[in-house]
Amino acid sequence: MLGPVDYALWGMSFCLEVGVVVCSIARKEFFRYITLNLYMLAAASATVGHYFFFERFGLTSLEYFYFYYYSDAVLTILLYFCIIQLYQHIFEEMGVNTHIRGAALLLLVGTAWVSFMMVRQHENHMTERFVVELSQNLYFVGLVLTYVLWGAVMKLRETRTRIIQLVLSLGIYFSAYSATYALRNLFPHLEFTRTILPPLVGTWLPVAWSYTMWKVPAEARLATARLAATFSR
Amino acid sequence: MMAALIFVISVVALLQFFLSYCRSLIAASSRIELSESVREVTGIEDHKVTADDFQRLHQLVHLCPESGGDAMSLRAIGTYYGMLGMLHTPLRGLAPAAAGWVDRERASCSYFAAVALDARISRTRLLLEEQSSNQL
Repeated sequence: MLGPVDYALWGMSFCLEVGVVVCSIARKEFFRYITLNLYMLAAASATVGHYFFFERFGLTSLEYFYFYYYSDAVLTILLYFCIIQLYQHIFEEMGVNTHIRGAALLLLVGTAWVSFMMVRQHENHMTERFVVELSQNLYFVGLVLTYVLWGAVMKLRETRTRIIQLVLSLGIYFSAYSATYALRNLFPHLEFTRTILPPLVGTWLPVAWSYTMWKVPAEARLATARLAATFSR
Repeated sequence: MMAALIFVISVVALLQFFLSYCRSLIAASSRIELSESVREVTGIEDHKVTADDFQRLHQLVHLCPESGGDAMSLRAIGTYYGMLGMLHTPLRGLAPAAAGWVDRERASCSYFAAVALDARISRTRLLLEEQSSNQL
């Protein structure tokens, strides 16, 4: 049974996801960050879908279970496109967009193929343990990709504050989700890994992205050297 | 085994990303000069904002109405300050250089809170001025 806090989190998630798109439109940056905005629109639609399935079939139904985990997997793959666009922003002056697109396509096909094979092997017994493992792996791939992207930001001394904050919030999101799913995989009976943590982590990305879109001007610059922790200044 | 490894790597990465994110927020605010009014209110005049000022500034920030969705960044910096506070005492005896760095970071967190307070005071003043001009 869901309480008022759960409903509030549901409503808040939807508002925040739409909020990112509204902020982008207000700042006239919708097309510059098109994949980020499309992801947020997809996430808002999935939130509405979760509510619909919950109302129609119930929280413990198989329909809700399938919809929740499949939409989550699809959204994670959509987030890969966001990472690819951020890669393109960072490497735009080096003219390596074709290479990035090629590598991204390869990665996407690879991830889709492995996921498809995993789902096909387990289609007759789609246990919760399996879907948790699949999500854990998808989020971990996202984390690795974001970490490499962060390495590129530091190496190339990227100074655009907006890009830096978008990448860092994505890194926090992927690592928090990856840790949550890994913890759930290790200790399936830990209640907070399925009730409290996922919706809380889920609200992070729209909150952080709307903050970045709204508060950080496009022309703001930041020295990456200030972000690395060094004991002397 | 694999899940445990993923968990450890994810937690380490989470800490690193969070630290860098907070430092990016702090770096953006460090270039903003504090106004005279906030210096008067907080008693920060000639001397610098210190690490221990954070709690007091944070409380003052919460007395002002929210301005332009800064609550998320304040919460993130509050968490960062709390984490640094936990490191501060044990590091003082073990690694003085690291303890010095932690102290400077905590002072930067205080400065961030002072900038947020400044923004909230300015916004509240503006709203009051608008209100009084509307009444006239």
